[in-house]
Amino acid sequence: MSDHAPVTDWVHDFDHTDPRWTENPYPIWETLRAAGPVVHTERFLGCYMPTTFDAVKQVAYDTEHFSSRRVVVRDVRPETVPAPPITSDPPEHKPAKQLLLPSFTPDAIKKLEPRVRAICNELIDGFIDERGCDAAARYSRHIPVRTIAHMLGIPESDGDQFIKWIHEILELGIKEQAILMKAVQEMIAYFAGHIERRKKAPTDDLITTLMNARDKDGQPLSDLHVQGTLRLLLIAGIDTTWSAIGSSLWHLARMPADRERLLAEPELLPTAIEEFLRAYAPVTMAREVMKETEIGGCPVKPGNMLLLSFPAANRDPAVFPDADKVVIDRKQNPHAAFGLGIHRCIGSNLARMEMTVAVEEWLRRIPDFRLDPAGKVTWSEGTVRGPRQLPMLFGKA
Amino acid sequence: MAGKLRVRVDQEKCQGHARCRSLAPELFELDSFGNAHEAGDGSVPPGLEDKAWLAQSNCPEMAIEVIEE
Repeated sequence: MSDHAPVTDWVHDFDHTDPRWTENPYPIWETLRAAGPVVHTERFLGCYMPTTFDAVKQVAYDTEHFSSRRVVVRDVRPETVPAPPITSDPPEHKPAKQLLLPSFTPDAIKKLEPRVRAICNELIDGFIDERGCDAAARYSRHIPVRTIAHMLGIPESDGDQFIKWIHEILELGIKEQAILMKAVQEMIAYFAGHIERRKKAPTDDLITTLMNARDKDGQPLSDLHVQGTLRLLLIAGIDTTWSAIGSSLWHLARMPADRERLLAEPELLPTAIEEFLRAYAPVTMAREVMKETEIGGCPVKPGNMLLLSFPAANRDPAVFPDADKVVIDRKQNPHAAFGLGIHRCIGSNLARMEMTVAVEEWLRRIPDFRLDPAGKVTWSEGTVRGPRQLPMLFGKA
Repeated sequence: MAGKLRVRVDQEKCQGHARCRSLAPELFELDSFGNAHEAGDGSVPPGLEDKAWLAQSNCPEMAIEVIEE
């Protein structure tokens, strides 16, 4: 087990898996930003982190010097495991992404909204008669699991298995390569069964869409490509949105004025959701430095990884006035929660719809709620940040 | 009194965040990949000027140009 030594010097030795970063990263990012547009740590076999919105944007736009072949910063550099298009660089990236884009447009996603609303209400039915609940364990985590299972055409009841794989790949796998590789192999075996069944009986879902896809030469995608994309859709579609819904409810549980305003002005909800996405952006990506270059005048050398923190970019006061305040009617909000440049999150329209419906239905049925002072809120570590325990009490205080 | 406005989406910059479409559906359309372009010739009908500026200031890729004519 490779436990990390506690950080004593954030600027020269940062570690995004340190418990203090997991608990409350915002003051740490402020310290890093004050030190310069990019900082470096010797941990993770060498890793940079751009600290400002502009520096994050520069890296996201520069696919020549920064590769996506590794998108998670880990203790080790295991063999690359392709999951197109997130791990693809140009020129492979565009065709891999275009296969998927039509299934994720706002119009395509709108068709899923009734199913998501029904899922939310089924979940709320399960706990509304209690005095409170863990909103992460019983609400936010199930919504994206069931939604993405519905889109892929795999059983919603396998959700606990999906969550276990995600925890192993994105959290435990940062420090334990064997856990990462085992989870990937298990997922390959799982999807192989679903692919095999569709060869005999095609279905109307994303697995069949990928199996029927053809490249520019009219050839079917390789098994490696199909399997990689399926893993990506399952992994990227779940704990990200789970985190975003959980953080939104965590905010509203602590801020009765914002809650009351959204109840009085429901038309403000889409604007508030954008602000929750900015302020509590769940996803931090990574790049691998391929060629020497500069970020804001600081040299950046190949062989290092780079932690691409869209959440930190979203807290840059040079772009967002009162960046550390959550302003639910913020008018100018060009946040980077879904990334910038060619790797813009393909599920952004899906995530927004799930967040909006999940918060809307919760507020409609449980207008008064607060954190349970007897419980403890815990946050996931590493690549995706959001509440994993979110104990709530219902009713007025 | 400002003159007429036109909006234009830079196709090289747009990455399909679709913020413009949700803030100003009268002024922007999406293609089958979800990428945005201006509706019609991009002319902003009277009364929708604020929406044009709002869409521009919320585009994460700075892909929207608002032209004062």
